[in-house]
Amino acid sequence: MVRLTDGDSVGLVEPRVAHFDQPFTLQCRETLPRFDLVYETYGELNAAKSNAVLVCHALSGDHHAAGYHTADDTKPGWWDVCIGPGKPIDTTKFFVVALNNLGGCNGSTGPRTVDPGTGEPYGENFPTVTVKDWVKSQAMLADALGIDRFAGIVGGSLGGMQALQWAIDYPDRIEHALVIAGAAKLSAQNIAFNEIARQAIQSDPEFHGGRYYQADAIPRRGLMLARMVGHVTYLSDDSMGVKFGRELKSGDIESGQDVQFQVESYLHYQGTSFSERFDANTYLLMTRALDYFDPALEFDGDLVRALSGATAKFLVLSFTSDWRFPPARSNEIVDALIEARKDVVSATIDSPNGHDSFLLPNDRYFDVLGGYLDTVAQSKG
Amino acid sequence: MRPDLEIIAALINPGARVLDLGCGGGELLHYLAREKGVNGYGVEKDPEQISACVRAGVNVLEHDLDAGLDRFPDSSFDMVVMTETLQAVAAPADLIDEMLRIGQECVVTFPNFGHWRCRLQLATQGRMPVARHLPHQWHDTPNIHLCTFGDFERLVNEKGLPIIERFVVDGHYKVRRGISRFANLIGTIAFYRLGRANR
Repeated sequence: MVRLTDGDSVGLVEPRVAHFDQPFTLQCRETLPRFDLVYETYGELNAAKSNAVLVCHALSGDHHAAGYHTADDTKPGWWDVCIGPGKPIDTTKFFVVALNNLGGCNGSTGPRTVDPGTGEPYGENFPTVTVKDWVKSQAMLADALGIDRFAGIVGGSLGGMQALQWAIDYPDRIEHALVIAGAAKLSAQNIAFNEIARQAIQSDPEFHGGRYYQADAIPRRGLMLARMVGHVTYLSDDSMGVKFGRELKSGDIESGQDVQFQVESYLHYQGTSFSERFDANTYLLMTRALDYFDPALEFDGDLVRALSGATAKFLVLSFTSDWRFPPARSNEIVDALIEARKDVVSATIDSPNGHDSFLLPNDRYFDVLGGYLDTVAQSKG
Repeated sequence: MRPDLEIIAALINPGARVLDLGCGGGELLHYLAREKGVNGYGVEKDPEQISACVRAGVNVLEHDLDAGLDRFPDSSFDMVVMTETLQAVAAPADLIDEMLRIGQECVVTFPNFGHWRCRLQLATQGRMPVARHLPHQWHDTPNIHLCTFGDFERLVNEKGLPIIERFVVDGHYKVRRGISRFANLIGTIAFYRLGRANR
């Protein structure tokens, strides 16, 4: 239940849709004739329009980053711990914009959308979308909202990669890039995990080569497996040990009857609930966007050169137990920024919670993130 | 303002690219940016100090000096500064080599274990010295590699490092040029500006 009396919640929020009726050509050279982006905003845009903060979501996120849609919602938006009055991304100081990225499955144009060319859902034919495409579409959303320049662009994981791409592609439109638990590109191991997830989905008979909408089917098992393997990589051995250990949900190991470990039950639950809310084609598309992300590629693989045109100041945060995007990957970004002579603050937050740490409350994390954004807010007067 | 900041700032060329090892709350970098147009980065491992840097708008990297400085390329800075941190690191002699690999020059400051008060306490009381510039008890001090000015001078000579400037300050931050026997008695903090060895 929503406790609207909670002083640190943005309260009830309503998604809005921005329609773009002009053709949008993607990096893969395919063109969408038109597209929609669904978004939410929290806080007020100041008269100078200088206090906007864009929140970019990660693999399975969406536009609902904070607050509640109805008074009956049991859970707030995915980053509610960070966004609200008095929280690190303080909505009394900033005008916060959160959107569902292009290719998503929560209201923005994506594989579920009907292709005006064929009259059928795009499905597996939805064009390949890259982080660069997302950033370009986000800039169009900023235009629609009258925001010339973001005070900050912030995201964790894949969201942080968007912040980094913004600093490279639109140096005049971003003052601060806040890259949390990110990386400048994926490692072979990262790509391998994503491919296992994709194979799980694509080998589900209910996937129907991506045309499961037409077959009135949902590749639930594939999505569930994809989420299970993903979820394990978001946690740490220690946090799973503390949370589950070898606790049994049911059965008895000595007799070997009906044994189910707590961790199994947890993963089944996570996988099942994910398979009910997320679109398989979107999952494939998002994981590919992650795999293809490499902003240095168009600069002969030289990240320093890629960042040389950036004018933003950077905050780069990582978490000690994150093995999906470990601190060393953030330090690659930091070291390139130093070599490119950019302003940067970096911290490695002590946390037992693995990659998921960026979504969870942590005093030091919030102190650094909030402290950094305080100085940004102060510069706005 | 900390009285040593002005003294260190005098050792740093305007507009230099500075790396400050063990930068604390970023006071020096903040001062250098304002007074000398210096583009600097601090290295610090203490979360509270890092937060102070963040709030002061100073570039800071969370990094433990004892983990080595491999991440910084050769000659990537004009000057590498380390103020009153040398005595607290695991391998001070190696660190000086690293500072001069990364920077063209380095500035090192450290407290003097040869100050007369320290000598007197050890000689008369037979106890590890505790003084204003060395305030910790032996068992809870971060200062694991204390030295005297004479000791440091000897290390610098062994390494063949050219001394560009050196001086000590007394308890009142009064500057005294040169490292004489007298300075080694009354100096509390030494300031060295070193260049690379000619090979």
